[in-house]
Amino acid sequence: MSGLPQWTPELIQAEIDALKHKPGALLPILHAIQDRFGYVPTEAVPQIGDALNQTRAEIHGVISFYHHFRTSEPGSHTLQICRAEACQSMGSRALEAHAKASLNVDYHGTTADREITLEPVYCLGNCACAPSVRIGDDIHGRVSPEKFDRLVSRLTTRALELK
Amino acid sequence: MTTRIFVPCDTTALAMGADAVAAEIARQAKTRGAQIEIIRNGSRGLFWLEPLVEVETAAGRIGFGPVEVDDIAALVEAGLFEGAAEHPLALGLVEEIPFLKNQQRLTFARSGITDPVSVEDYLALDGFRGLEKALQLNNQEIVDEIKVSGLRGRGGAAFPTGIKWQTVLNAPAEQKYIVCNADEGDSGTFADRMVMECDPYMLIEGMAIAGLAVDATQGYIYLRSEYPVAHRLMNLAIERAYAAGYLGDNLMGSGRRFDLEVRLGAGAYICGEETSLLESLEGKRGLVRAKPPLPAIVGLFGQPTVVNNVLSLAAVPFIMHKGGETYASYGMGRSLGTLPMQLAGNVKRGGLIELAFGATLRQLMEDFGGGTFSGRTLRAVQVGGPLGAYLPESQWDTPLDYESFAAVGAVLGHGGVVMFDDTVDMGEQARFSMEFCVVESCGKCTPCRIGSTRGVEVIDRIRANENREANLELLADLCDTMVDGSLCAMGGMTPFPVQSVMKYFPEDLQR
Repeated sequence: MSGLPQWTPELIQAEIDALKHKPGALLPILHAIQDRFGYVPTEAVPQIGDALNQTRAEIHGVISFYHHFRTSEPGSHTLQICRAEACQSMGSRALEAHAKASLNVDYHGTTADREITLEPVYCLGNCACAPSVRIGDDIHGRVSPEKFDRLVSRLTTRALELK
Repeated sequence: MTTRIFVPCDTTALAMGADAVAAEIARQAKTRGAQIEIIRNGSRGLFWLEPLVEVETAAGRIGFGPVEVDDIAALVEAGLFEGAAEHPLALGLVEEIPFLKNQQRLTFARSGITDPVSVEDYLALDGFRGLEKALQLNNQEIVDEIKVSGLRGRGGAAFPTGIKWQTVLNAPAEQKYIVCNADEGDSGTFADRMVMECDPYMLIEGMAIAGLAVDATQGYIYLRSEYPVAHRLMNLAIERAYAAGYLGDNLMGSGRRFDLEVRLGAGAYICGEETSLLESLEGKRGLVRAKPPLPAIVGLFGQPTVVNNVLSLAAVPFIMHKGGETYASYGMGRSLGTLPMQLAGNVKRGGLIELAFGATLRQLMEDFGGGTFSGRTLRAVQVGGPLGAYLPESQWDTPLDYESFAAVGAVLGHGGVVMFDDTVDMGEQARFSMEFCVVESCGKCTPCRIGSTRGVEVIDRIRANENREANLELLADLCDTMVDGSLCAMGGMTPFPVQSVMKYFPEDLQR
């Protein structure tokens, strides 16, 4: 769906083997897996644990501690809305309400067409041109509800063009 | 002759459309056969003007902004490529814009001028001169220079940097570490991001000097995952610094060694707390550690570790090059040098303002900021991030120095200033402080983990006018418990914004 490859135990193992020698390798490994497959599959947990000589509980504890890591497949695009104070002062509460209503999802949800996963984020560092939204690695400033709709429609249009 | 045109590439410029602007300028130049070279510089931090396009002329760099793609045809028609300045978006000489001219830029002297990842650009503007100097000194001499500068940690806690380095220098160990805290999670702050995106070699140089000072051969930059542009540019700069001999096993031909790597966080605010950050770097959940032992004695992987903020380390090259006394000649009281303030939120002219300590909050918001973006009355300003107090007008003449802020029960923190106009509901802001702590608490200590959840509930009851007086009393008591009983600043300071709302904006808890 998201254009990312499907994980296999072999592909996961390759990511682990490339990084396991590093001191404090767990976060780099989790990032590598999520970057490649879009999420960290539950099945990867024992594999990582074996490589780092840690228990499944320890690995699971780390994955669940950090907001960034997810354990299920996201939509084609991840859209984050900044909830921090600078954005609040420029109308992000209204923007959040608009986004949830127009996409018909709550935070951490994915739209019915599997196009967009909506997430909250606490500061994108674009605080002087708030409110801010991140789509993939692109950050957008001064996002009004109208601009939000334009950004979203561009995403869905692009996906259609690919067919 | 080829005209050099600058289009910034930092997060804010990109967020306002800089890539499309650069592409359109290139397209127009091609159609017209104009000889131009587009340079992607860092940002000057005049964010309300981004994308700020600059054209190099014999008289200096002339600015145009904020430029949108649709403006470019008219700009080119008006003589953009020739540096002609007759256009509504023309700003004249960029260096003469008051917002920039009235600053005292020591750390951000190069920001926006250069191509951030060009080693040549960096060298042309005093780059690596501090490292060169440090290589001629012994450990103690480097540490002494930092002590003379009076530099205090710019991350928020304001601990003297020289003392921290001395502790690590004195701690015997086979392996020591330099860890840069680049987990800039506070709302309203972006100075660390600007260092990494607009002048990354300065941070590399500062860390290498820190390594020489305390005999640490390995550095880590712990960078938050919310900063993809900084991640890309910082990695590129590190790669080039290795290739040019400013990192690796033979620093500037000296035979001294320093290795540096960026490690990405994963969306946890608490990992900006230094002990939590170390846990995360070790591959664990970011649970805070009890102190003592200090990280300077038992830090990363149990070894002596310097943990400094980006801005602290970024100040080091200047101090080494120009001398600690030069740096200390700026500032007031025990707050010496400059503080890069970040003006954000509902502000007309938002951006980065580096000034010697001692200006007032009002000067910052009025003279530099020009009031609110909405044009409405300014009502409250939150200084120092989500754990900082909300200040009403009666506090706006407080000088920007650590002690003056502490005296009014506020914190300067990392220098973030977030402005709110009179449409703000301060009861909602108080609730958010507690809610943020619910989401971001590491959960290790009870006052923070449970206190924040109870805090949201109590504020909800107050706002619903349920036993208001009794619940206000309960909230005050809960805040005291969190301040006194929490393990780290997360739980210990979450009540600050709440208490400030109770004190300065009580009417918003009464409606």
